[in-house]
Amino acid sequence: MSANLARLEAPLPVIPDRGGPLQPLLAASDLSKTFRLSGGFFGGRKAVHAVDGLSLTVGKGETVGIVGESGCGKSTAARLISGITPADAGEIVFDGETYWTPRSRITAERRRAIQMVFQDSASSLNPRMTLAETLAFGPRAHGIPTASAHAYARDLLAAVGLPPARFAERYPIQLSGGQRQRVNIARAVAMRPRLLILDEPVSALDKSVEAQVLNLLVQLREELGLSYIFISHDLNVVRYISDRVAVMYLGQVVEEATSEDIFATPKHPYTRALFASRPSLDPRHRVKAAPLAGDPPDPIDPPSGCRFRTRCPIAESLCATVAPPLDDTAKDGAAVHKVACWAAVPGSGHSLAAKPLERVQ
Amino acid sequence: MSDRMAAPILDIASLSVAYRGAAGWTPVVRGIDVRLEAGRTLVLLGESGSGKSVTLRSIVGLLRDEGARVEGEVRVGARNVTTMSDPELRQLRGGRVGFIFQEPMTALDPVFRIGDQIAETIVRHRGTTWKCAMGMAKELFELVQIPSAARRLSAYPNELSGGLRQRAMIAMAMSCEPELLLADEPTTALDATVQIQVLLLLREIQKERGTSMVFVTHDLGVAAEIADDVAVMYAGQIVEHGSADQVLLTPRHPYTQALTRCVVRGSYRDAALGELGGAPPDLGRLPAGCSFAPRCVRRADECLLAAPEPCEVAPSHIVACLRAADMAATPTGEFQES
Repeated sequence: MSANLARLEAPLPVIPDRGGPLQPLLAASDLSKTFRLSGGFFGGRKAVHAVDGLSLTVGKGETVGIVGESGCGKSTAARLISGITPADAGEIVFDGETYWTPRSRITAERRRAIQMVFQDSASSLNPRMTLAETLAFGPRAHGIPTASAHAYARDLLAAVGLPPARFAERYPIQLSGGQRQRVNIARAVAMRPRLLILDEPVSALDKSVEAQVLNLLVQLREELGLSYIFISHDLNVVRYISDRVAVMYLGQVVEEATSEDIFATPKHPYTRALFASRPSLDPRHRVKAAPLAGDPPDPIDPPSGCRFRTRCPIAESLCATVAPPLDDTAKDGAAVHKVACWAAVPGSGHSLAAKPLERVQ
Repeated sequence: MSDRMAAPILDIASLSVAYRGAAGWTPVVRGIDVRLEAGRTLVLLGESGSGKSVTLRSIVGLLRDEGARVEGEVRVGARNVTTMSDPELRQLRGGRVGFIFQEPMTALDPVFRIGDQIAETIVRHRGTTWKCAMGMAKELFELVQIPSAARRLSAYPNELSGGLRQRAMIAMAMSCEPELLLADEPTTALDATVQIQVLLLLREIQKERGTSMVFVTHDLGVAAEIADDVAVMYAGQIVEHGSADQVLLTPRHPYTQALTRCVVRGSYRDAALGELGGAPPDLGRLPAGCSFAPRCVRRADECLLAAPEPCEVAPSHIVACLRAADMAATPTGEFQES
């Protein structure tokens, strides 16, 4: 349906690969962000720990999905990794080089490597710019002459399925939601990034349009060798597009594994509940009972110990006192499957955990 | 009351709705017929702009204030809504017919306590004392499984979480024991683990009280969870209507078939996603013939000439497609869940 983007003459140079295919493209470690709320009546100091000790790696050409419910910190995680919102602590390494540390600045040239696509396709476009101007803006800011930036903008429009003869001079308001999201994707790709962070890119779209945009994203990834961080609350969409999936709950990753593993054998009770909450799609096999009661708790005042324990069907007294670490539980040789749950830690004292001896054998 | 079992609780006959735009009247709903037997749940399934919410609002006469042109007839029980006076409509809304909106924050008044808002509805419609109404509000909160009901009654809407607000909204809609419950995407704004709770709650209440329900959604999964019958809307018309099994498992209209293929499941490595090319038509400039024809993979020449009449392809399974008879039912395949 569209031209091959890799063969397009791009005015911005491709960012060269440094570490080879095995070196992770992105390695974020221990990112934390606390938002202070303006004081209450007595000037109380309340704070939301939106993201708490997040570590995430993205391999070259890999797509990592982040799922979780509202308030779990997945969007904040996206903004920390892209550098839009600086984290309070942590480090981001991009292809072997330090990308961000606290109090460091990310240069414009560096920033080009990570681009973002947002959920709300309308508010993320400038309503006073035509589509050609929108797509040419970034390259021009990087010193590309206006004429070649505009020529490239037209090629990009064609590549995402919007014929430039009809669309180049249109304004965002003249487009449908799906078309606007195509423009947002084209704008991110125009910078020739290596990593795209997609924050709920298809959540506001109708199902038939969602399929079109997902197919476009898969196609772009193959053609340009991109890596994605794909954030969504829709498990089916995340499973479809991701190689690896991280599940977040109240600012922390509770489980992380390959897409195949996590959907086949979810280990964290929250992940299991989240998966079991999906509507069945088959009227003959409906969901019989809701896996969880109530809403996620307020992130201002998260529970002690394991943050999921207040809704967890297998919580024990141990869970209230100490937070479980996010550790690999895979057998030797199998792909990494990290879980933060005491029931998955042998010898932890949780009644469902394996006894330490069994592990030795 | 004995004839209530025989007569449908809702009967919409050739309903058409148009709004005035810059270029004259734009049709939004184009001649739809809906009958709902008492105690059943009908899901209106469609994408944005298909006319499903407008149809729902027409049932309680909400379109009149919006300057819409409404033709046809809407009957709730034996009464014609289209000819009702404003006081009669006010008596209908919140009385015999309850309404649940997608966004409870815009439907609840932020400056009044939730319990007071529910009690006000009860006093207004049933003429009870305030004290008695508050007691009933507490029972309703227990019905919709709000924990610590007494305390939550004196909360303001912003003090509740999204899931609790939606439950409070359901409590309010149920406050006058309506015969008909109208729900406009009531779970779309909720988290996955909360959505399923609310769907199960609605199913339970409906079973317990025998309430009939019209439920609008764009989500096939939600439809599969709650529907007895499904009506698929496209460009202001019902293109397929039947039981949930018929429509969702063996769809016969090419649009419904395309929609079920768009459902994301499995991994991109296993299968490319079915795509529905193009976009819904501009309602101001509808094509002659079938409105889905420009995007339809099974289009024949005659589809562009005349709009298809609804025809029954199986008992109570109605499809508006000229080629419905030629097409064998194509099952959507096994829905795998892991």
